[in-house]
Parts: sequence; C-alpha cells; structure tokens
Amino acid sequence: MFEIGLTHYLVVSAAMFTLGMMIIVMRRNAIAVLMGIEFLLNAAALNFVAFSRYVTGDLHGQLAGLFVIAVAAAEATIILAIILNIYSHMDSVNVDEADLLKQ
Amino acid sequence: MSFYTGLMFYLLAAVVLVPGVCILFSRDIVHAAFWLMASLAGVAGLYLMLGADFLGFAQVLVYIGGILILIIFGLMVTHKEKVSLHQIARKRLLLPALVTGAITLLGLLTAIRGTSWAGATEAPLEPTSARIGYHLMSDYLLPFEVASILLLVGLVAGVYIARRREQET
Repeated sequence: MFEIGLTHYLVVSAAMFTLGMMIIVMRRNAIAVLMGIEFLLNAAALNFVAFSRYVTGDLHGQLAGLFVIAVAAAEATIILAIILNIYSHMDSVNVDEADLLKQ
Repeated sequence: MSFYTGLMFYLLAAVVLVPGVCILFSRDIVHAAFWLMASLAGVAGLYLMLGADFLGFAQVLVYIGGILILIIFGLMVTHKEKVSLHQIARKRLLLPALVTGAITLLGLLTAIRGTSWAGATEAPLEPTSARIGYHLMSDYLLPFEVASILLLVGLVAGVYIARRREQET
C-alpha cells in the first residue's frame, strides 16, 4: 500500500478530473466554473508527468505538462476577460443568466 | 524510506482532493479561490515527487503566482455587493453533478484497470531543468514558439475584450 506506482497517480488524477467535472456542473458562478476547468487541466497534466516517469522514462511527458500550463494561462486570461464583459453587460456572473444567444 | 514516500504521497493526494470537495460546497467564492490555491500547491508537490522539479516550480509560479491572482482580481471586480448564491438552484444541481461525477470516475477507473501498463520503467530522479531547456530549443522549438505566440495573442485579446467601451455604457 505504501509502495507508490503509476496507478496511484492515475487514480488521484481521475478523482481530480471527476471533481472538476462536478464543479463545472454544480457551481453557477462563472469564476467557480473557471476553477473547475483548472482542475481538469491539472488532472491531465498530472497524467502526462506520471507517464513521463513511469512509462516512457524520458522528458516528453513533462514538456507536454509545461505546454498545458502555458495554454491554461492563456485560457484563464481570455475567460476572465469574457467574464468581465458579461458582468458589465448583465451585472451578474451567473452562467444561467447569460443565455442571450438562446432567446 | 518507501514508507515515508507513501505517506507523503497520500498527504499530497489529500491536499489535492480535499480542497476540491470544499470548492464544490463552499458558500463563499473567495474561500473557494483559496481552496484552489491549496489544491494547486498539492499538485506542485506531486510533480516534485514525480521528479519533475522544473514543472513543479513552474506550477507554483504560473498557477499560484499568476492564474490565482487573476482569479482573485476577477472576483474583486465582479462582486461589488454580496451576491446571493442561489441555494435552491444548487440543490437542484446536486443530482446531475453526482451522476456526472459517478460516470466520469467509473469510466476513468475502468480504463485505468483495463489497461496493462507494459514496460513500466521508473526513470531515475535527476535534475530536469537543463534537459528541458535543450528540448525546448531543439526538437520542441516549434511548439515553444507557437505557445509563446498563443500567450501573446491571449494577453492582447484579453485586454481588448475586457476594455471599457465608453460609447456603449
């Protein structure tokens, strides 16, 4: 049980991904949804790094994790700009109220 | 030695996963932001345990030092008054969230159990920064440049989208 292997990291990553999905479904605040997306991205990057150590044994997985972090930074910037815009238009960051395209 | 490694792993796994549950149920969105910080720090610790020292510190720099500050700024700008948290809507959403979570977790665990991770060799623990630098400047040069252009475009687009439009307001 205390011998840590690849599967341990994969299970932690799967649980993290699940939590991110649940946060996205359950929270109605747009910024909380952004937190859920960060969870998903971190779970994927953790998988990459675990494979890098336990399966391939080289650095390509870690480089993929590095690019995930870079893309997450760009994505968070854009999402926050969009959230600010939604807030200035409808005075709310509730994702259920931002349904102008549906009407 | 192995005992302490295992203990450390389970501690870090708890640091990663317990804040996730807290984000799911916290009433105050600022508390959720600080729980997210704990979780991201736990992921950085897991990176260090996996021998990815450069990535661990990049995680701390970019996520905790950058994205989390952005999120907290976003919270400060968008929550002028105490926003009601729509408790009824959240109770209504608990069942869909549980169903989504159960399906995701079952699918992922089935995939993990069903795959034989053949050829699993443990890489030696050694510093990675220099080798990552060589990779970024040789065979990963194109993705590196594309990522830097993506970041530049993302920042410019963020400024453009979020700017205040005087003629409309």
